[in-house]
Amino acid sequence: MSAKNKIEKIKTENNSLSLGEGRGEVEEYSTLNLGPTHPATHGIFQNVLKMDGEIIMDSEPTIGYIHRAFEKLAERRPYYQITPITDRLNYCSSPINNMGWHMTVEKLMGIEIPKRVQYMRVIIMELARISDHVVCNSVIGVDTGAMTGFLYIFQMRERIYDIYEELCGARLTTNIGRIGGLERDFSPKAWDLLDKFLVDFPPALKEFENLLMRNRIFMDRTINCGPISAERALNYSFSGPNLRAAGVDYDVRVMNPYCSYEEFDFIIPVGTQGDTYDRFMVRQQEIWESVKIIHQAIAKIKKEPAGVFHADVPEFFLPPKEEVYNNMEALIYHFKIVMGETEIPKGEVYHAVEGGNGELGYFLISDGGRTPYRLHMRRPCFIYYQAYAEMIKGGMLSDAILTMSSMNVIAGELDA
Amino acid sequence: MDTQALLTAVESKLKAQFGDGFISSKMNVDYPEFVVKRDIICDVADFLYKDEELSFQYLTTMATIHYPENQGQEFAVMYQLHNLAKNLRIRIKIYFSSSDVNVPSLTPVFSAANWMERQEFDFFGIIFRGHPNLKRILNMDEMTYHPMRKEYALEDGTREDKDDKMFGR
Repeated sequence: MSAKNKIEKIKTENNSLSLGEGRGEVEEYSTLNLGPTHPATHGIFQNVLKMDGEIIMDSEPTIGYIHRAFEKLAERRPYYQITPITDRLNYCSSPINNMGWHMTVEKLMGIEIPKRVQYMRVIIMELARISDHVVCNSVIGVDTGAMTGFLYIFQMRERIYDIYEELCGARLTTNIGRIGGLERDFSPKAWDLLDKFLVDFPPALKEFENLLMRNRIFMDRTINCGPISAERALNYSFSGPNLRAAGVDYDVRVMNPYCSYEEFDFIIPVGTQGDTYDRFMVRQQEIWESVKIIHQAIAKIKKEPAGVFHADVPEFFLPPKEEVYNNMEALIYHFKIVMGETEIPKGEVYHAVEGGNGELGYFLISDGGRTPYRLHMRRPCFIYYQAYAEMIKGGMLSDAILTMSSMNVIAGELDA
Repeated sequence: MDTQALLTAVESKLKAQFGDGFISSKMNVDYPEFVVKRDIICDVADFLYKDEELSFQYLTTMATIHYPENQGQEFAVMYQLHNLAKNLRIRIKIYFSSSDVNVPSLTPVFSAANWMERQEFDFFGIIFRGHPNLKRILNMDEMTYHPMRKEYALEDGTREDKDDKMFGR
């Protein structure tokens, strides 16, 4: 339905609503500034809306409020120092960004990663996906007025952060893993936390679902809110849950498998309408699939030789500290890595992973120097947020808020 | 279709359609890469979009690269196209001089090119002809230069306490 028809439909159907000045013969619009720091936008976005009463006629988004020039910064940093930058893209699922970056560099250098490390990375990435989707879905609940689910499920996200903390020492900006593997093996406590999480999480998620999924109020509020057709979504280069909600089964994990994802058994949930409810449901189903993948990965790790947590690449992987102090060779490697004296091959690679929001790609050009010659990040948020103006056109203001939270627009990734 | 077959298939189609406009092709790690003339890039994208066999209908990403030493071809823009149905991926590149930075816009073919091109304009100053709203997107409007160009060093040039020989590029 075109925006104009939609507006006509709302005007004829909702006679009881106050629809503003535009209902008479004379067209009169008001301008509304939504943002930059409106609390309901969950970040710093500005939208200048042209309103006809409560109906959005047009909008002009402004972005870049937290732009930090990551692509420029990366041109002066050695490869291992770029990992902390990637944390700050989609900060709801930093580990996926970290892993994507490690895999890009490994592709450039042709490093083969042991299977056990790949499965460990899969566990970390799927935990990140769960925490990302949990945040997004519970915030959709908050924006419809249901605070309870958000508070319940956030305890579970806290448990995921506890696992991160055990793996790498950090919670939000994780800097997890290294080029060539992980910085350390999973500790017994980490396994313990993970096992406990896998026991406690499904009932908690089920409880959350019971609160919202078939809740009449929630359904009435979200169905047909901010829809986009599959054709438009593809033309706008959507990816991730937002594209799948529109009915296209594109998932990087399946189409271009990395990290041995081809060995795992999981389904790609797809929606039909591409509206807020579908986006919610797709994310919800993906959380269940992620839990399935983690179980499979744990079973696979048990069959692999224990204690392996990085590839045998001394030129890129920092040796343990005690060896640096006691072993000449380790000291030399340590020095070469830290000072950026390692030989880096020339080349151009593109590597994409399925991030929390879709295809997160790194396009890396190396000229053999200690830093990338050019690093371009394909940030899914940046690409699909431009459809926002089209999606909210002809809808109500309150639907625009809901559409934004269901698209999971993360300011860090949007502005890079 | 494996990548090598894809490379020859796309190359023969582009050669048949555009003749001189096609410049070269090669395999770049796992991506078939094609270089075409700058002025026909929108036609190439449109042709690949509508071609029934190839139908590259998804613009994955776009990036500008600045090679200041490359006389006469200081800028390159790369486009990555994806055929989701058959899972085919290619990369197209154009090269042009810094004295003429006009590039045809891809917005008539892909809506997604809108912000991607605004980003390249913002950071490299590439002028996309036919773009509906070509203005800065991430940097502030008052900015007078295009910061991702190589002539703008990241560090403050007046500082003397940092030695580039040891710690910089």
